[in-house]
Amino acid sequence: MAYYTEKQIKELELLAVKIRKYIIEMLYRAASGHPGGSLSAVDAIVALYFAHMRHNPKNPDDPDRDRFILSKGHAAPALYAVLAELGYFPIEELYHLREINHMLQGHPVSLYTPGVEASTGSLGHGLSFGNGVALAGKLDGKSYHVYVMLGDGELDEGQVWEAAAAAAHYRLDNMTAMVDRNYLQIDGNTEEVMRLESLREKWQAFGWYVIEVDGHDIAEILKALDEADHKENMPSIIILNTVKGKGVSFMENNVDFHGVPPNEMERNLALEELDMLQKKLEASM
Amino acid sequence: MTEKLMGNPRNAYGEKLVELGARYPNLVVLDADLSKSTKTILFAKKYPNRFFEMGVAEANMMSTAAGLASCGKIAFVSTFAVFATGRAYDQIRMDLAYSQVNVKIFATHGGISVGKDGASHQMIEDLALMRVLPNMTVLAPSDATQTEKIVELMAEHKGPMYARVGRADVPVIYDRSYVETLEIGRGMIVEDGDDATIIACGTMVDAALDAHKILLKEGISTRVIDMHTIKPLDEKLILRSSRKTNAIVTIEEHSIIGGLGAAVAEVLAENSASIRFKRMGIEDKFCESGDPKDLLEKYGLTAKHVVRQVKKLLKN
Ligand SMILES: Cc1ncc(C[n+]2csc(CCOP(=O)(O)OP(=O)(O)O)c2C)c(N)n1
Ligand SMILES: [Mg+2]
Repeated sequence: MAYYTEKQIKELELLAVKIRKYIIEMLYRAASGHPGGSLSAVDAIVALYFAHMRHNPKNPDDPDRDRFILSKGHAAPALYAVLAELGYFPIEELYHLREINHMLQGHPVSLYTPGVEASTGSLGHGLSFGNGVALAGKLDGKSYHVYVMLGDGELDEGQVWEAAAAAAHYRLDNMTAMVDRNYLQIDGNTEEVMRLESLREKWQAFGWYVIEVDGHDIAEILKALDEADHKENMPSIIILNTVKGKGVSFMENNVDFHGVPPNEMERNLALEELDMLQKKLEASM
Repeated sequence: MTEKLMGNPRNAYGEKLVELGARYPNLVVLDADLSKSTKTILFAKKYPNRFFEMGVAEANMMSTAAGLASCGKIAFVSTFAVFATGRAYDQIRMDLAYSQVNVKIFATHGGISVGKDGASHQMIEDLALMRVLPNMTVLAPSDATQTEKIVELMAEHKGPMYARVGRADVPVIYDRSYVETLEIGRGMIVEDGDDATIIACGTMVDAALDAHKILLKEGISTRVIDMHTIKPLDEKLILRSSRKTNAIVTIEEHSIIGGLGAAVAEVLAENSASIRFKRMGIEDKFCESGDPKDLLEKYGLTAKHVVRQVKKLLKN
């Protein structure tokens, strides 16, 4: 089991704040995009890329790299900000999100962006794609691990459950799925739109090893990732209990910020809040 | 008429896959509970580790194939044409075409000659659905020999491709040496003539060749083109033929909307070709259960219908 010092965790938390600030600025400048689901996914993506996965920004096509697939493609800003911060491409690109003649498309495209593994945006594909990557890893005797992040609303898609069955059937223990369980989709609360509970039992019944954690507690997320990596003979899923819009008070649990970017005032307010959070964290280090 | 030698494109595919499995250690095959019909079972038996049974779940199969291809595999995916394109269109669009991955869809049971299963299983829109996708190559081989060659080329070429064959045995048109020079994107002139051009694909090439013989006896000479590649389309050959002959008829076991005939019409119209022209195919309707021969007769897809159409065009 990997061990992280308190200081390391604090540093990751600080990075998560930085990523949230990028996201707010990116969406503000793009004047479109999805803040809620980007913000709720940040901590898990930060944990994966900065502390858990084996990957190399200088060699994004390394055949032995671990893979992260963002199945909920509308959270692209979170992925883009992390990739840029790691040096997969210049930070400057972040501020041309969704702009014509620029690389960063509204939803991830594997062909255009270094570090992006799969083209997503149409919900429901990512777990199947990840299964393919995991199967290839088994065939080739490689030790890489595949991580797929799904939205909870995304679980309405039938294809997700086709993939859930297949991953268990092929005993893909090199696969870890993660659900960003923020209880919101576009038309409202997931349990009102299309009941998902009991989610844990559903995945268990499909043959998955289920772990449930606070999706904003980076130490807990890292522990869960480790546990999932070591689970043999079956795929694992981490249910990340999250808050949509996490980190910006007026976006938190607010369905209206699913696909609406902040205006100038909202962006200033959001950045102020995140700056304060950053100072608090720094002071505690 | 002497009995024609018959062959089955599905068998040709299955056998060729086994051969290619030895040549390409990175070739994998996926099927959705139809491996006995698509003949991928031959590969499954020889290379069980590289064959993935995906169950009746086409969408998942298509995206999984894309994931495999993203790790350097040549992924062949098979099921019936109706399910391959209809059940997994969004997956083909996003994960194959948009992402330009090396996945080869080889669909069987295309067209109405599927027969008794009825319209639920008779795919007459697949060429249209696949042709409209950027980056997608669309193929419709005409006999078992050509199918073998095309499967070989699919494995060689990089990028997403769609090929469809029918269910039934079809006459063998070519010997191996004839198809050796076949290139994707280049139509084949199988017979030549000056009065009219018949452009056909898939199962209809044989009917076109029969029509050629009948017309010849009546003093009408036709060029017959086997347009095995619907996309990228051999525009030059179409335009050359429009100048050389006085009429063009297209024929396909597919809707007249969006497939081979529509593609040829687009080329002719945009190049201001003034030529008599007719698309033959399924006339914007669902067909029905029946014996394949009876269906082709009822829906106007036989040599006799081609003969009639060519004469009608030339008379006008
Ligand atoms: C196949 C498909 N249908 C509809 C949409 C439109 N859409 C974008 S996000 C979304 C809701 C997703 O909710 P959830 O998965 O819970 O995402 P999150 O809360 O993490 O933002 C929908 C319906 C889509 N992108 N893809
Ligand atoms: Mg949600």
